[in-house]
Amino acid sequence: MNARAIQAKAGRQRMQVTPEGIALPAVLASRGTRFGALLIDLVIMGVAMGVTSLVLLLAAAGLNTATGGRIDNPDAELKSALEFVIILWIAAMFLFRYGYFLFFELGPRGATPGKRMTGIRIAARDGGRLSAEMVLARNLLRDIELFMPIGLVFSAGETDGVTWLAAMGWFMIFALFPFFNKDRLRAGDLIAGTWVVEAPRRRLEAVLSTTATARAGTSAATGAAYRFGDAELSVYGEYELQTLERVLRENRREALVSVHEAICRKIGWNPGAGDERAFLEAYYTQLRARLEAGMRMGKRKADKFT
Amino acid sequence: MTATPAPPRPTGQAAIEAAALRSDRFRQDREADWQRLEEIVTRMERGRLRKLSDEDIVALPVLYRTVASSLSVARETSLDAATLAYLEGLVQRAWYLVYGPRVTLWGWLARFFGGEWSRAVRSIWPELLVAFALMAAGTVVGWQLCAADPDWYYSLVPGGFQDERVPGASREVLSSTIFGNADQDGKSVFAASLFSHNAGVAILCFALGFAFGVPPLLLLIQNTGTLGAMLWLFDGQGLLIDFIGWLSIHGTTELLAILLAGGAGLHVGRSMAFPGDLTVVEAAARAGQRAAVVMAGVVFMLVIAGMLEGLGRQLIDNTQGRFMIGGSMLAIWLSYFFAFRRAPLGSDAL
Repeated sequence: MNARAIQAKAGRQRMQVTPEGIALPAVLASRGTRFGALLIDLVIMGVAMGVTSLVLLLAAAGLNTATGGRIDNPDAELKSALEFVIILWIAAMFLFRYGYFLFFELGPRGATPGKRMTGIRIAARDGGRLSAEMVLARNLLRDIELFMPIGLVFSAGETDGVTWLAAMGWFMIFALFPFFNKDRLRAGDLIAGTWVVEAPRRRLEAVLSTTATARAGTSAATGAAYRFGDAELSVYGEYELQTLERVLRENRREALVSVHEAICRKIGWNPGAGDERAFLEAYYTQLRARLEAGMRMGKRKADKFT
Repeated sequence: MTATPAPPRPTGQAAIEAAALRSDRFRQDREADWQRLEEIVTRMERGRLRKLSDEDIVALPVLYRTVASSLSVARETSLDAATLAYLEGLVQRAWYLVYGPRVTLWGWLARFFGGEWSRAVRSIWPELLVAFALMAAGTVVGWQLCAADPDWYYSLVPGGFQDERVPGASREVLSSTIFGNADQDGKSVFAASLFSHNAGVAILCFALGFAFGVPPLLLLIQNTGTLGAMLWLFDGQGLLIDFIGWLSIHGTTELLAILLAGGAGLHVGRSMAFPGDLTVVEAAARAGQRAAVVMAGVVFMLVIAGMLEGLGRQLIDNTQGRFMIGGSMLAIWLSYFFAFRRAPLGSDAL
């Protein structure tokens, strides 16, 4: 993550306070992520609708052959069987169109498959419960935001230029809606009192201060001891510490080398080669110990400039 | 060249104390709890509630508070960004579950039919009155326009309806459209497609309320204008009562559903135009949630109307029977909405 990405994320951060009084940051999902999630959902819906239609069509064809191909002049029995197939189809299409988003967003994860895959979910804007009414309201609006104008655009496509333009304008008004408010709400979110936030599922990373080097301050490979004094540790603050943490966790060779070099230059050591990781682990642990001790005394150092 | 060597460090207990961080030991003491919570949360998110033991379910709120307090402490004592991010994510996920809507579909339906729906309908009564006035006005206007100039009939009644029911049609032709269709085929398909179509129109009526309520007004007037024109047509041949009967069997339910949908749309539009003490956004959210409950009921009513229209109308071939069914449906709906006032258990929303 580079500085610009971090800054962009800070702009999307909203604070919610739990009943226990703990502030939890909720990061609004980016518009691109939401668009991607919608595309995935539409593809899933399209495939499901296509498969259902195909199965029912095959069933109708099967009925036709089973009764000896009398579909042009059916008797009462075949007719009611075919009617049943058609009703099933109408009901299935209706359920897909209005039920797909409802069903998944009412679940415990508050997200459709597309949203799950892109790591986002819906949440109540006021920080309270996400209620069934909210999910209903935001998805009823989806019909005029998406399905109706798109249907119109396609049906008017070839013949009627004016209708096509009007439908396109209608579609664009709603499609651009999230660009004109600070919380990136679409019309349905506005009406329902919801918003879409990131729902990251992070793993618990390893403890960094348990390696032999970190504990003892001596490199296991070379036996070199890394001990840093006050002057050497006081040059950096929390921001640099967390950058160093990222570098250690990502464990990319060239990053380790360049950070090692930068730190050595800053604290006036001669950068050697071949033992960068051990050096950085020791420096990280001792810097963190110093900064955390300061924290406990109520002294914090945000970055190297403070 | 290697880094400048430093003097050897003291060994023993002091060395471990100095190097292994206090905040990391804090984490090591508690991470078993964190991981247990994560496991429970993950299983609940997958919807596998049955696989959770009672013990886990009882433990969830306790673990949630434990982990939440770990987070508060870690924020004040630890600079391990990855652990803090993990805890924030975990507390948030658990929070959605602990404070989430723990209501099953059946539970929601029971609450919905057991009072929430009728309460939502009553709470938008001013808009329902407006919608009713508009529908009545639309009907009268449709009738009057046709009475003044029969050509209006063609603009008011859309082409799909037109078949043989046009101004100047004989009494026999008109009568045949409302009686004697008992043996018509495809009734159930007709009912299903009608429902699907009507539900689409009702949802449109609600959703357009978003544009400050103006489009629902127009939709209500336009649709009842069609009704007025047809009433005028059948009245011309002395079939007014029979036509109303033919219409009422499903019409009382369907028109009431459209009235509710229009009222719900107006409610959202009015709340955005005149939000009162709230901000526009808050007012829209509150009205939207209230209106969504009404709309869920509207879809249910349209299912019933579709069944009545597709099946009942053809099976019952006399005006009296049709009035009986239509009238009793209306009575049932109205008494349910306005006389049934049990407050649903444990809900004070809306």
